[in-house]
Amino acid sequence: MVTTSEILSTLKMIDRQKLDVRTITMGISLLGCVSDDEDRLCQKVYDHITHTARDLVRVGEDIEREFGVPIVNKRISITPAALISGGIKNPVKLALALDRAARETGVNFIGGYSALVQKGMTEADKRLMLSIPEALAATDFLCSSVNIGSTRAGIDMDAVRMMGEIVKEAADRTADRDGLGCAKLVVFCNAVEDNPFMAGAFHGPGEGDCAVSVGVSGPGVVKSALESVRGEPFDTVAETIKRTAFRITRIGQLVAREASRRLNVPFGIVDLSLAPTPAVGDSVAAILEEMGLECCGTHGTTAALALLNDAVKKGGVMASSHVGGLSGAFIPVSEDVGMIEAAERGALTLDKLEAMTCVCSVGLDMIAVPGDTSAETISAIIADEAAIGMVNNKTTAVRVIPVPGKKVGDTVEFGGLLGHAPIMPVHPFGSELFVRRGGRIPAPLHSLRN
Amino acid sequence: MNDMKRAVVTVLGIDRKGIIARVSAILYENDANILDISQTVLDEYFNMVLIADISSATCSFEKLSAELSALGEKLGLQIRIQRSEIFEAMYQV
Repeated sequence: MVTTSEILSTLKMIDRQKLDVRTITMGISLLGCVSDDEDRLCQKVYDHITHTARDLVRVGEDIEREFGVPIVNKRISITPAALISGGIKNPVKLALALDRAARETGVNFIGGYSALVQKGMTEADKRLMLSIPEALAATDFLCSSVNIGSTRAGIDMDAVRMMGEIVKEAADRTADRDGLGCAKLVVFCNAVEDNPFMAGAFHGPGEGDCAVSVGVSGPGVVKSALESVRGEPFDTVAETIKRTAFRITRIGQLVAREASRRLNVPFGIVDLSLAPTPAVGDSVAAILEEMGLECCGTHGTTAALALLNDAVKKGGVMASSHVGGLSGAFIPVSEDVGMIEAAERGALTLDKLEAMTCVCSVGLDMIAVPGDTSAETISAIIADEAAIGMVNNKTTAVRVIPVPGKKVGDTVEFGGLLGHAPIMPVHPFGSELFVRRGGRIPAPLHSLRN
Repeated sequence: MNDMKRAVVTVLGIDRKGIIARVSAILYENDANILDISQTVLDEYFNMVLIADISSATCSFEKLSAELSALGEKLGLQIRIQRSEIFEAMYQV
């Protein structure tokens, strides 16, 4: 049996260090719902989701109560919508049906209004992509993502160009909410099929009928563990993070196994990500600063993040039978109070964030840029980030919000888990001619690696 | 296979008379069997950790949990009950 001090230390992690399970996400395949009749497709999708996920929220709440660990979100991810909407003209109807299903099941988000176009776009993909701004403006729970590149296929620059315009339009259509639509839209390179985290979650075509996956969290616990090894060499830092990540992940594994058993749905994966929230004490930036940096974003940040990301994975892998998703440290700016402060102090810039994404999970995340940033500049930001993912065989993503009417010096408040952010400057020099070329950037060579 | 369902009851707060008596009364009324009790003072806080076998408990976990936290509110203490697996998972390989 565990000791009293271990029990008390767990309670301290939950109460003071904000340890939580970020999400239980149920992935549901909708491939069986395909129809060329709009109403029939929407009805089948709605019925299938509300039936399959009918107990998800209740089970999540039961587990939360019995184990005494907060489970912040319950979510649903679905087959990329472009794969099932080929027979219909207006995918927005499907978006509305998905939103209704989310409301009925009581989940926090439903993700998978997505298209996978790394090699090329079908007509269905294009229709879906062009409908994203309207779909996001018309729904409350829907999240969308588009995969525009991969290590094996290269980068689809036609899709990149389109996505710059789509991000702009998504911001304009939700201008009354400071461009909130963009906070629910992720552009990926090397998207993973089993990611439980929003906004980029979808249930990939390689998945089974249904699976439950769990995303853990707990930057505060790691930060607090590091406080006890101040001044020690990095070997000790890495060991401490590994041990902490192991414990956090074990909770994720326990919750995932229990949810899988109670819902009678196969266990998918545990995603080992350190996901910050805007709450004080729940910051990835604070971990980097605890390692000895005066402010996140200064010289040394990339190295600190590389160590953190790797140690989290090493510690977590042994704690779970199946690890997947995005697994690593997230660096969303608006959702991390330390990142917000660093950006406000001018220590953290878009360029530094781009460098940081080379060594950590995902990419340029929840970054507010001026409302007059051109679609081409956003496309170019997406292309840069995708290139990092493509060449380094990792997932990268862009979730930027060109906030309508705001400029550098302003701040934007998204509320809740999405937090607030200062508007960060982008380079004033154009990329129009680059983006307008279109075509594909070929897949990189996998030997002669330097 | 051991089917025993264990729960951990923790009480955090300022010490006062009758805490253990009242917590154990609730457990007794619901047919839970106390396996171990320990008390420590950590971080200037009174801590009590009680481990109980709830396999034969006559009420739902939810009700037991609600009764204990209601007692906590009455006494100005934080009282909670959690399934023991969460602690075992974190500290046992």
